[in-house]
Amino acid sequence: MATPTAALPEVRKRPVAGHLSGGDGVARALTLFFALLILVVTVLLVVQLWNNSELTRAKFGLGFLTSAVWNQNSTPSRPEEYGALPFIYGTCVTAFLALLISVPLGVGAAIYLAELAPPKISNGLTFMIELLAAVPSVIFGLIAIFSVVPIMRTTVEPFIKKGLGFLPIFSGPTYGFGYLTAGLVLSIMTLPYIISVSREAILSVPREQREAALALGATQWESTWDAVLPFAKLGIIGSVFLALARALGETMAVTMVIGNDPKINTSLFSQGYTLASVIANEFPEAVKLHSAALVELALVLFALTMAVNAMAQLMIVLTTQKGSGKG
Amino acid sequence: MTKNTVLGLAAFAAMFAATASAQSINAAGATFPEPIYKKWFGEFKAAHSSVAINYNAIGSGGGIKGITEGTVDFAASDMPMTDEQIGAVKIKPLHFPTVLGGIVLTYNVPGVESGLKLTPEAVAGIFLGEVKKWNDPKIAAENKGVKLPNEDIFTVHRSDGSGTTFVFTDYLSKVSPTWKKNIGANSSVSWPAGVGQAKNDGVAGTIRQTPNSIGYVELQYAVNNKLAYADMRNAAGKWVKASFDSVTAAAASSKDLGPDFRGSITNASGPAAWPISTYTWLLIPTQIPDGAKKKAVVDFLTWMLKPETQKEALSLNYAPLPKNIVALEIKQIASIK
Amino acid sequence: MTSRNSRRNALNNVMMSATAVCAVVAVSTLFMVLGYLVYNGGKSLNLQFFTNLPVGQGEEGGGIANAITGSAEIVSLASIFGLPIGFLAGVYLSEFSGKTLGFLIRYTADLLNGVPSIVIGIFAWTVLVVSMHGYSAIAAGFALSLMLIPITARSTEQFLQEVPRTMREGALALGASKWRAIATVIVPAGRKGIMTGMILGVARISGETAPLIFTSPGQQFWNASLLQPQSSLPVVIYTYATAPSDNAHQQAWAAGLVLLGLVLVANISARLIVSRGMSIPK
Repeated sequence: MATPTAALPEVRKRPVAGHLSGGDGVARALTLFFALLILVVTVLLVVQLWNNSELTRAKFGLGFLTSAVWNQNSTPSRPEEYGALPFIYGTCVTAFLALLISVPLGVGAAIYLAELAPPKISNGLTFMIELLAAVPSVIFGLIAIFSVVPIMRTTVEPFIKKGLGFLPIFSGPTYGFGYLTAGLVLSIMTLPYIISVSREAILSVPREQREAALALGATQWESTWDAVLPFAKLGIIGSVFLALARALGETMAVTMVIGNDPKINTSLFSQGYTLASVIANEFPEAVKLHSAALVELALVLFALTMAVNAMAQLMIVLTTQKGSGKG
Repeated sequence: MTKNTVLGLAAFAAMFAATASAQSINAAGATFPEPIYKKWFGEFKAAHSSVAINYNAIGSGGGIKGITEGTVDFAASDMPMTDEQIGAVKIKPLHFPTVLGGIVLTYNVPGVESGLKLTPEAVAGIFLGEVKKWNDPKIAAENKGVKLPNEDIFTVHRSDGSGTTFVFTDYLSKVSPTWKKNIGANSSVSWPAGVGQAKNDGVAGTIRQTPNSIGYVELQYAVNNKLAYADMRNAAGKWVKASFDSVTAAAASSKDLGPDFRGSITNASGPAAWPISTYTWLLIPTQIPDGAKKKAVVDFLTWMLKPETQKEALSLNYAPLPKNIVALEIKQIASIK
Repeated sequence: MTSRNSRRNALNNVMMSATAVCAVVAVSTLFMVLGYLVYNGGKSLNLQFFTNLPVGQGEEGGGIANAITGSAEIVSLASIFGLPIGFLAGVYLSEFSGKTLGFLIRYTADLLNGVPSIVIGIFAWTVLVVSMHGYSAIAAGFALSLMLIPITARSTEQFLQEVPRTMREGALALGASKWRAIATVIVPAGRKGIMTGMILGVARISGETAPLIFTSPGQQFWNASLLQPQSSLPVVIYTYATAPSDNAHQQAWAAGLVLLGLVLVANISARLIVSRGMSIPK
């Protein structure tokens, strides 16, 4: 440990760029180099995606995003043609289903954990729920194939069909593989994100809000609903975007249960395809136009997750600015 | 760094050094012949411990892409490369047939343990989505006495680029003009309906788990997993069961393969021929710069074409190559520089 | 009590019970997932699986031994490459960065973190597999490190920022240069959190499948070479889960149990290290 010399160096303020000397300069340059690597790699990634999708961007233009044709094999009656719509549809439908289930469930659980449960239980249960977020996607897929798919095929889907089969979204054969099963599996995977982030958003609402409401005679629920949640709203919405971002990029668990059909099918029982799944299945064999089409799908997926992540960050930043920290 | 860490690193380095001295060759491609290839590559390594041929079964399409992009040392495919595909490869690949195999329609219909009979029209109708239920007249007509359920048929096809798909759709194109016009034959096609799964394994696995399902897999996948598979009526009008004998008959009654060994033997005319039979090929580059790799590949090909090795195919329900093809292939080995 | 009050009370009871039910469902889901895996994995556990190489169809036996070593090798590669880069980038963000560049790098790190792993797989294939003329553990490690770097950078930054000002000022007041202060005082002070972030990051990438499919689809033999493709637990699970044979299923369950066990142990120990309940970056 260096001992102070007779002449103490002046206390340095936060250094302005370029005014560091000796070891500090080296340290800054070194760490800056690695930080810039992140920038370089990401730019390289986007450039690669852009370049390798050149063929389809030139051939189909923006029509690629609205075309529902996905035909690798050109025949006399149908040329080789690609379009992103079935996959955008499948991605959106499964993500929507996932959120439809996990948002009410997750926000409800978050309210319970933040408002009602004693702190020890709340921390313990949250810890366990957050462990669910660490389970790899392929393991969800493994479990889903042997447990969820058969249950959907033999019990859940026929049950829904019996009652609501007149609706187009609940029509058709029930095989267990399809949008609904994929949505259900995704909901389990997105649940921990909703719970974890919403709980923190709720916890960061100042105590005074609750105390004021309760002092005015509100019930616990009224205090939560009218006084606390409005403040936590932004954070909760942020958690939804975070969960959505995860759902959009999910590959393995989805491709094992969605049935892999590159069409837009109305019924939730029917098979579909997502952006990530089609890339996983078809990229190893794809050449030329087909390969460019898949890379363009990757670009679309990238843009989608980028937009959603940005929204999530925005919400969470706005919340932490609003709230004044935990009670 | 503790002593244990050092020991661990040393062991890791030793393992690294030991295996690095072995000649590693990477091949990728079809799942159709995966059972026999894994067996052969394993045996070859056991006999020649310095050569490890690692085979990744990613589908014929993946094999063809691999040889085109140069990401594999050689590839495997049940779909022969087209002239256009060959033209796209810098170093021209040679086709080496390895075995003959058959594709079967395997099914899981509760109550129908075995012996389902399917005509070409029935099969085409099922996969076109026109024959929707198991007790449809097109199926029932040939299966009198079998109790077929009044359930929807759940078709399973390949979601990855597959030579098995190519052979099956090649057959369907020959027996169904509608199929030929609208869908065609390729390693990936636009299926009217059904679930897509990756690899022969995926299709067989899904069928095993799902009642009232049907799909196309290589014979061994059905046999090994005790899945029922249908008898079919061939071009000669006879009902045939899939086996290495009927596959051999298909090869025997087909046109000769061209000089480069590319050719289809589906819908063969012989009375005992299995209608959905095929050769499967290894795609070997004409030039292998690395001398050790070249020797290893040539050694493997020579070993594989020996009668004893070819006979092993029978144990996994593949058929050995006809003798005349073997003789021509041995000549082709000399073309590898 | 007026009827309005009793309505309010009833609503309160109903809603609060409903939220409790939600929490119970959420926790039960976790237990069901884990329980199902443990049950099936436990049934399938077999010494043979851990010591044997895989075999083809129609042959008995077979195991996931080289999947375990392959995963270890690939994840180690990714960590050797990704952890130092992420750590140093995090140090930059926390200690040296100016406003605009810092914002840019943070935004890009979050962006890279959010890129779906399948897209990272495409990138790694294009950049490494094609140029190196083959699948390899290096390509797989590279792909995974791209996911590890942003996680590590952001969590390192976060935990360094939480080191109290007093420690920083004290070090500087004692005459330490900035880099010495960082190396000898600040980083050690934040080391618990930094290590936690690293452990969680490594646990996360060890479960990723999609990038591995394009860079290291599998390996039949014992082969430690970095220039050859390796088998790995996630890819084995994916392949065997969809296969037809019971033997394959058993191996998938056993592999799943091993993978999940490792991931959970890492997560639990990481969170125990940081026992103050700080929020972990997602």
